[in-house]
Amino acid sequence: MTAETRTMTINMGPQHPSTHGVLRLVLELDGEIVVKCVPHIGYLHTGIEKIAEAKRYLQVVPTTDRMDYLAPMSNNLVFSMAVEKLLGIEVPDRAKVIRVLMAELTRIKSHLVWLGTHALDIGAMSVFLYCFREREKIIDLYEMVSGQRMMSSYIRPGGLLADLPPGFEATAREFLDDFPARVDEYEDLLTRNRLWVQRTQGVGVLKRDEAIALGVTGPALRASGVAWDIRKSHPYMGYERYDFRISQGKNGDVYDRYLCRMFEMRECVKIARQALDRLPSGPINVEDPKIVPPPKHRVKQSMEALIHHFKLWSEGYSVPRGEAYVSIESPKGEFGCYIVSDGSNKPYRVHYRAPSFANLQALPKMVEGRLVADVVAAVGSIDIVLGEVDR
Amino acid sequence: MEVEEHLAVRKLRERFAQGVLEAGSHHGEVTLVLDRGVIEPACRFLRDDRDLVFDFLSDLTAVDRLRLDEPGPRFEVVYHLYSISRRNRLRLKVRAEDGQAVPTVSTVWEGANWFEREVFDLLGIPFAGHPDLRRIVLPDDWEGHPLRKDYPVETSPRWWEEGEIT
Repeated sequence: MTAETRTMTINMGPQHPSTHGVLRLVLELDGEIVVKCVPHIGYLHTGIEKIAEAKRYLQVVPTTDRMDYLAPMSNNLVFSMAVEKLLGIEVPDRAKVIRVLMAELTRIKSHLVWLGTHALDIGAMSVFLYCFREREKIIDLYEMVSGQRMMSSYIRPGGLLADLPPGFEATAREFLDDFPARVDEYEDLLTRNRLWVQRTQGVGVLKRDEAIALGVTGPALRASGVAWDIRKSHPYMGYERYDFRISQGKNGDVYDRYLCRMFEMRECVKIARQALDRLPSGPINVEDPKIVPPPKHRVKQSMEALIHHFKLWSEGYSVPRGEAYVSIESPKGEFGCYIVSDGSNKPYRVHYRAPSFANLQALPKMVEGRLVADVVAAVGSIDIVLGEVDR
Repeated sequence: MEVEEHLAVRKLRERFAQGVLEAGSHHGEVTLVLDRGVIEPACRFLRDDRDLVFDFLSDLTAVDRLRLDEPGPRFEVVYHLYSISRRNRLRLKVRAEDGQAVPTVSTVWEGANWFEREVFDLLGIPFAGHPDLRRIVLPDDWEGHPLRKDYPVETSPRWWEEGEIT
């Protein structure tokens, strides 16, 4: 009698707790070994790029919040930078420093959700609770500056929605003073935890050349040994004036990606502190009433300010014909924004280069030939947000 | 810097004289419009050339120029190349009429696979030689390509009107 082996095809997701949203994976299994993994995406496709074509530039900002909803301010920032490039304007120093500060807090916030859910997937329940405890404090800071806990739309073309409110600096400092000890706490639970190490080391390996060919960016690329971070290689918003180091791994496995992000959280604290220390006084918006609305008190006194106010909120501003590609280091990797303008008050075409989209493409390479259980670890380690993958 | 002095522009002109249709620089971003036929070999050349090393494809997308009031074919596929070691960016463009296929570059950078599928899905530009050209974000039976400028945005799909959804 001869034994017959057959592979089995199973469906993981789109409703599965460890796919981080609505990701669907079709897995072909030989016993417990994954022979083939085919990701299916699009369950959260919202047509954000098409919507942008029907909106005035300022109206596009709230839609950007909804891509990587764990890091809305990064999305705001990249869109604003692209519009500013087309307009040929540069925001004042105070706005730049606040943008850096908020971008770094956003990075911590995003990494906390990654760590919490990733650890939860692998079976470490308490880490999740701790991470969300700290994340709550960053959300409070979001609420202080923008009135919104998640969809902030705080960073806008030309500057910011509003200046930092009284008490913000003290609250932010309190958080930053406390946070490194919290990172120690997470590391105590995981870094040398035998179960954690066994589940992550040597799992989901992505080699340096593979990562580059697949367009992987962010901590996932750095974990594969490529020291490339846009904040260092093409500094924007004055990142060149901050003292910080970028993470770099060696083995390109789940464990190295974990270490890279843990390292980044500590560096974020350093950058945010420097931003608070150097916070210059001055305006937070470009002084161009054609782009940024005048302050409310002026609208009541000056005819011109009233006209600017009316024009901006009804017609918006027109952006010169042309195209621009801008990219930033978002918590997930290279977040790019490509805008084509036809000279009108609405973008002709907007395209977002979403890091999660490119990074997810590397998943089959990480899991084929490995165990089913490793799929869960690998998905968690690339830190995808489906809102950004599907757009 | 004059765009013609740019190393990548010079080398590409040398290698693919007829293939380089336009070269320009805007906001400090260098853009080359290439002939559809040379895009794959040109990308391979840019990736493998020792001085250029454009080993990384940042982004690949396309624009429907229907309402842009510009001469030439309707669609434009846009490639954003990057060199990790040289820290350079370069934008390439290829133009195609409706229905004309553009050669795939997924043979040069594996990562182009999904980006090309997205362009195929949302703009309906086919990529010749693509290993797996299927829709990626929309359902397989979707009609039309939403990012086209003539896509009807203010009407509801037929299956909705006819109550076919179950």
